[in-house]
Amino acid sequence: MLLANWWDLRTLANPVDSLLGWLRDHFPDWVAYIVSGVIGATAIGLFLGVAMLLLIWAERRIVARIQIRQGPNRVGPAGLLQPIADALKLMQKEALTPREADSWLFWLAPLLLFIPPVLTLGVVPWGERMSVADLNVGLLFIVAIGSVIPLVIFSAGWSSSNKYSTLGAMRSMALVISYELPAVIALLSVVLLMGSMQLGEIVRWQQDHWVFGMFLLPVPFAVYTISALAEVGRSRADVVEAESELGSGYLTEYSGMKWGLFYAVELANALIFGGLIATFFWGGWWLYGLDNFIPTWLIFLVKMLLGYWIFVWARGTLPRLRIDQLLQFSWKFLIPLSLLFALLVAAEVVIWEESGVSDLVAVPVMIVANLAATVVLVVGVVRLLGFRRVQQPRRATLTSEIGIINRAVARPAPSAPFDVREPGVAE
Amino acid sequence: MDRDLGVALGFWGLGALAVVAAFGIILTQNLLHAVLLLILSFVAMAGLYLTLSADFVAVAQVLIYAGAVGVLIIFAIMLTPTSSRINADTVFFGPGLILGGLVAVVMGYVAFKTPWDTVEGGGFDSTVAAIGDGLTNRWALPFEIASVLLIAAMIGAIVLVRADVPGQVLHPEGGVADEPAMEIAEPRVEGDRALVTSGRTDA
Repeated sequence: MLLANWWDLRTLANPVDSLLGWLRDHFPDWVAYIVSGVIGATAIGLFLGVAMLLLIWAERRIVARIQIRQGPNRVGPAGLLQPIADALKLMQKEALTPREADSWLFWLAPLLLFIPPVLTLGVVPWGERMSVADLNVGLLFIVAIGSVIPLVIFSAGWSSSNKYSTLGAMRSMALVISYELPAVIALLSVVLLMGSMQLGEIVRWQQDHWVFGMFLLPVPFAVYTISALAEVGRSRADVVEAESELGSGYLTEYSGMKWGLFYAVELANALIFGGLIATFFWGGWWLYGLDNFIPTWLIFLVKMLLGYWIFVWARGTLPRLRIDQLLQFSWKFLIPLSLLFALLVAAEVVIWEESGVSDLVAVPVMIVANLAATVVLVVGVVRLLGFRRVQQPRRATLTSEIGIINRAVARPAPSAPFDVREPGVAE
Repeated sequence: MDRDLGVALGFWGLGALAVVAAFGIILTQNLLHAVLLLILSFVAMAGLYLTLSADFVAVAQVLIYAGAVGVLIIFAIMLTPTSSRINADTVFFGPGLILGGLVAVVMGYVAFKTPWDTVEGGGFDSTVAAIGDGLTNRWALPFEIASVLLIAAMIGAIVLVRADVPGQVLHPEGGVADEPAMEIAEPRVEGDRALVTSGRTDA
């Protein structure tokens, strides 16, 4: 930053810092403390409110475009007032509470589900020196909040006193828990490389080394994106709302604005994961020196929306996976892959520090080495698990004959231990 | 003075929350409400750790206790029959109260009589580096032993859960023939069965 005057809006920290400095000069300390908290909370609340309204419209239009149709275009110019119409409709609906339901929990669950997105947004660096609370354990804080979400999902499902809701809640819990592990191990690679759990430090590391995290850590980037997709419950992993299977899962009994709150929280979660991917892997608010001219918070917003757009893109194009396919993918593929890559990154960090090589040499070498390692690891893990591609199938073959890992038919015990490969049809 | 006021507010508020949650666990009739109140008390404990400037421990408390142990207890409760989920009155309420009171008196006496080391308030370094340094330098052996213990627990859990390994022979009457317990066979695809909690007799 060249100048640090209050009108330098490249980072909104400048006007806020000037205001807080003025408050400290004229009032006791606690006034500035409370005002800074209020500013942060109001900003996040405003952002979430506006974002959710816009994103409902944006998502429906984008998905419609992918499906070669127009989205909402009746209410307001180009359908821009559609979210407001939705909100009004939901508010005037009768919010039913089942008679057998645990009414206190039933009412509390949507509210509790709203807390993790807001808390996560407090730790994320929106721009230079622009986090509400840049905790030194910011990354672990985000993981800890993410681990509370299954509990809230469970209380939502169970308090509906509906077998399908409970089943859907358990399935959703299993899904979220299974995909937390690869996400956390991917973030472990990030922490190992960048040496800090503080999100502001992670962005600054990428700035100092003039590289995006994505180039240095391709496997954690892919693993984290896939895990985020599954954790948020978007397609391809939206078994939660697989209406043909579970009739809307843990959301079944919720009507009216409670359902609207769940839906909005799902969108907010997707947006926040986009923001986290931008922070860890796309350089956060930094953009190769362009952040001296463009406001940093604008850069971060664009990156966050880019991450969100990837999720919407996946929703519009990819089909849904079965729950056992999803769980197997997580436990048997993503976790070994991300663990092996974390080992590799740890070794690289030690070699880098011990040899004392300068950054200019080390970073390109690491980029190339990690890319090669990615290819080797992915191909290796796939081969090890016994996936076998059917080359140019000439006739329809049964799944049980090809021997792919998501076999749905039980078969007799094999002769050798862990022999997933099966004499299939040689094409 | 403002800082002390903040810390005092935090401590008494969080302490009250933890105690109220604990009383709620004992007094509520619904077992699942008890579990959720337990999780609330875990979160209050995390807040108390924060007032002691233990940032990593506080976040780890939320992650491990509220996130993992809470979920574990909920899954365990879902596997129990619905009839035994009532936290009913017992004969032991009076004796339990007396025993709890005695334990509280002893612990309170010890807490007040111990000469605690006090530290000046103020800024602190992040504890993550210190904990990591301790775990890998001075306390490396207990760290490794703890990880071996966890692996043993996981293997034990897997062995307990694998009731019908494909290598075993099913009797016509429906029993299971004796097979060596540690025979390694192919990992069975669980599918949805493991997630249906209304008993293993359902198809």
